[in-house]
Amino acid sequence: MQNFQSIYRSDVESDWCPGCGDFGILSAITQALGELEIPPWKCAIFSGIGCSGKTPHFINAYGIHTLHGRPLPFAIGAKMANPSLTVIAISGDGDGYGIGAGHFVNAGRRNVDITYIVHNNGVYGLTKGQASPTLKRGVQPKSLKYPNLNDMVNPIALALASGYSFVARGFAYNVKHLKEIIKQAVIHKGLALIDVLQPCPVFNTVDTKEKYMERIKILDGNEFPTTDIKKAFEKALDEENLWIGIFYKNPEKQTYEERYSEILSSYPSECPANLKMSDEKGNPTTDISEVLNNFLC
Amino acid sequence: MIVNWLIGGPQGMGVDTSANSFARSCAYAGYWVFGKREYHSNITGEHSYFIVTVSDKPVHSFRDKLDVLSTSDERTLRLHINDVKSGGAVIYDAEISLEALNIKRDDLVFVPIKYNEIIKETAEKFGLGDVKKLQVMRNSICVFASAGLLELPAECVEESMKHIFTGKRTKVLEPNKYAGLVAYKYAQSFSHKIEKKLPKREVETKRVILTGTQATALGKLAAGCRFQTYYPITPATDESEFLESIAKKYNMVVIQAEDEIAAITMSIGASLAGARASSSTSGPGFSLMAEALGWAGMNEVPIVVIDYQRGGPSTGLPTRHEQGDLKFAIYAGHGEFPRIVLSPGDIEEAFYIVVDAFNLAEKYQCPVIVLEDKLLANSVKTINQLDLSKLKIERGKILYDSQNGKMLKKFKRFEFSEDGISPRVFLGHEGFIFWNSGDEHDEFGHITEDPENRLRMHEKRLKKLQKIVEETPVEKKIGEFGNPDSKFVVVTWGSTVGVALSALEELKEEKGVELFLLQIKMIHPLDAELVKSKIKGKVKIAVENNYSGQLASHITEKTGEFFDHLILKWTGRPISHDELISALEKIIKMNYKEKRLVLSAGI
Repeated sequence: MQNFQSIYRSDVESDWCPGCGDFGILSAITQALGELEIPPWKCAIFSGIGCSGKTPHFINAYGIHTLHGRPLPFAIGAKMANPSLTVIAISGDGDGYGIGAGHFVNAGRRNVDITYIVHNNGVYGLTKGQASPTLKRGVQPKSLKYPNLNDMVNPIALALASGYSFVARGFAYNVKHLKEIIKQAVIHKGLALIDVLQPCPVFNTVDTKEKYMERIKILDGNEFPTTDIKKAFEKALDEENLWIGIFYKNPEKQTYEERYSEILSSYPSECPANLKMSDEKGNPTTDISEVLNNFLC
Repeated sequence: MIVNWLIGGPQGMGVDTSANSFARSCAYAGYWVFGKREYHSNITGEHSYFIVTVSDKPVHSFRDKLDVLSTSDERTLRLHINDVKSGGAVIYDAEISLEALNIKRDDLVFVPIKYNEIIKETAEKFGLGDVKKLQVMRNSICVFASAGLLELPAECVEESMKHIFTGKRTKVLEPNKYAGLVAYKYAQSFSHKIEKKLPKREVETKRVILTGTQATALGKLAAGCRFQTYYPITPATDESEFLESIAKKYNMVVIQAEDEIAAITMSIGASLAGARASSSTSGPGFSLMAEALGWAGMNEVPIVVIDYQRGGPSTGLPTRHEQGDLKFAIYAGHGEFPRIVLSPGDIEEAFYIVVDAFNLAEKYQCPVIVLEDKLLANSVKTINQLDLSKLKIERGKILYDSQNGKMLKKFKRFEFSEDGISPRVFLGHEGFIFWNSGDEHDEFGHITEDPENRLRMHEKRLKKLQKIVEETPVEKKIGEFGNPDSKFVVVTWGSTVGVALSALEELKEEKGVELFLLQIKMIHPLDAELVKSKIKGKVKIAVENNYSGQLASHITEKTGEFFDHLILKWTGRPISHDELISALEKIIKMNYKEKRLVLSAGI
């Protein structure tokens, strides 16, 4: 067997800023996939736009760098067409909780077996530091002309409310902890959100690495993950402490793939991606005559 | 011989179903039909109507003037009475006073039907209870009465009713039949007063009766498409709902997405995994898809999008017909990328063109937009049995090599090649990996802003357009009808081809005027040389359901040939046979000087 861990890192040089939390997330992802011994070609990684969007280029797997806010529906399409893929979607907080917020919520309703990693730093880094949906109201990182006027979204609570069956938060500077969360999320059957606190060392002059370190607490492994959504909400809404770890996990919840397998006669063993649609001569193999008979006249 | 029949009533009360049932009945009796549906953006109550044009020859369009007006409410009677031809017949509710409505048409045959009495009698016979809830039965009664009047065999209507009263509704089939036959017998006693009849006739060929959305859906199925996404929108939703109804057997994943952005991006994701994937929408939804179209163009991903055009801009006329998206389909999205825009001229062609769309998308690895429209979507038509032996699946350059446990292959998905097309592998293909990016990328798919790479990569993609023009057979690019030597050429596209063809036939048969009709099927990339050669030196007349003559201006842009006349209509109603004939006659015979000729018939 090949050593997957060593081959997961691509030779593409990253252009992230020195000290960026993205490096930690990248390491956690490649280590997690390597340790899980998933062959790179079984794995498809979708990303959106922004610094986080570049992540797939640094990983040796099928890497699809999509549109701003849209990695989830791209990823859902691929997974539903070929459920045997391991699918990971990567966003930034602007990507996932701003422009892609509609997809964020609706993906929860479907519970497709995907791992969704959101790099959360409170700013739009690549466009030079504007406020993102996770920036607190009233704070003013260096690029803002006046203090932020918008309330922040709570990704953990939003994910719980939207139906995600695995909800977690990690910290980009605690790679080992994050890696374990990613491994569990990938193994988990259903849609998993991992919100990753990832301070932007250049533009978020408010929520710095040091500030996070002061507030971060790791969820008690005896109590969490829980299947009690109320308990998970309680921790998610805790304003004093910033909890990291797996808040909620419900492996019993039916995935979208399973729901379709109940509707369709032989999905997912026969899935849209593996259909043999023609014979050697290019003649279509689909027999539509049964349907057509209803319209004969 | 043509019988033009109209049924109307409040929206949501079964007008659509009755019309389809009448159309099917005529088809079972051996006739060719074309049915046009008009409805409001409203759930119940507003006036909707359906015209079914029946003929002993293939029929391509509806007619305005009616032979039979089939009503069960006052409003339909009032709104359409003046469209009935002299000598025609009107079926109406016997409880309505024609006098009170000031209807004075002693040139018509009036057939009063005692709807309430028939329903009451039926309710008693079958023990159905609340008569108020049975008012929907008026539809069946109305259809049966029409059949009786026209001497259309009752068994043809009964057969067609079986297709409507299915599932839970099977139990109401018998009462509807019973009520209908009462009306049938009564209306039969009037048939000697009218000239036109629809007795059973022998059918020349095996045929099917389909709507545009059904033909499109069947094309997708036959083409091997098993992944469809949509967001509910009129008039596109019918296609996806039809696919949902047959999804089980064919393992088709049909997803109702949260918006059209999700719809198209899900399809792109599925296509990357190796599925033939598609999304169907209408103008507003297609607008939302623009950015993702560019991503598919940039990453050379095959994808088929059906845009069922409706009245625009914005919400526009959501349930009405228009051909206003042609230019948008060609240019939707920022920057430059290859795409193909096709448009079928009728329901039969919609089936075949959809199969072509998937082949072209995969062969040239780009988005294909199929421009359909509300008329095509919602019309019902008898067409020749679909010939499945004509279909071929062409998936283009796909690499099936396996690495067989060798080292991981970093695949050059965008490898520069002679013809600009690089082989594909699908996500999950063993031993391979590749990258995609909406950023400009190198052969591996990694981001690069290197000008040398950009020079080549941008051209690699865009030069496919020339190749598409060169390699596509003429008959898939244009349609030619009538006399190519005519001094006049009528140029049109989409469902307007039907009415143009119908006008062309009548002008030839009844007026001895021969025209040449040119249909543009592959709108983009346009084969400029081919089109130019067909229209050069002729009096050029474009017929389009839009304000600006979008196809005409597109052709002028590409060929340098200017149009002499534009016959246009943007009332949300399709161009009718009768108004097109008079418009064409104005141009041909009266030496009409104006460039624009604006039509407005229909309510």
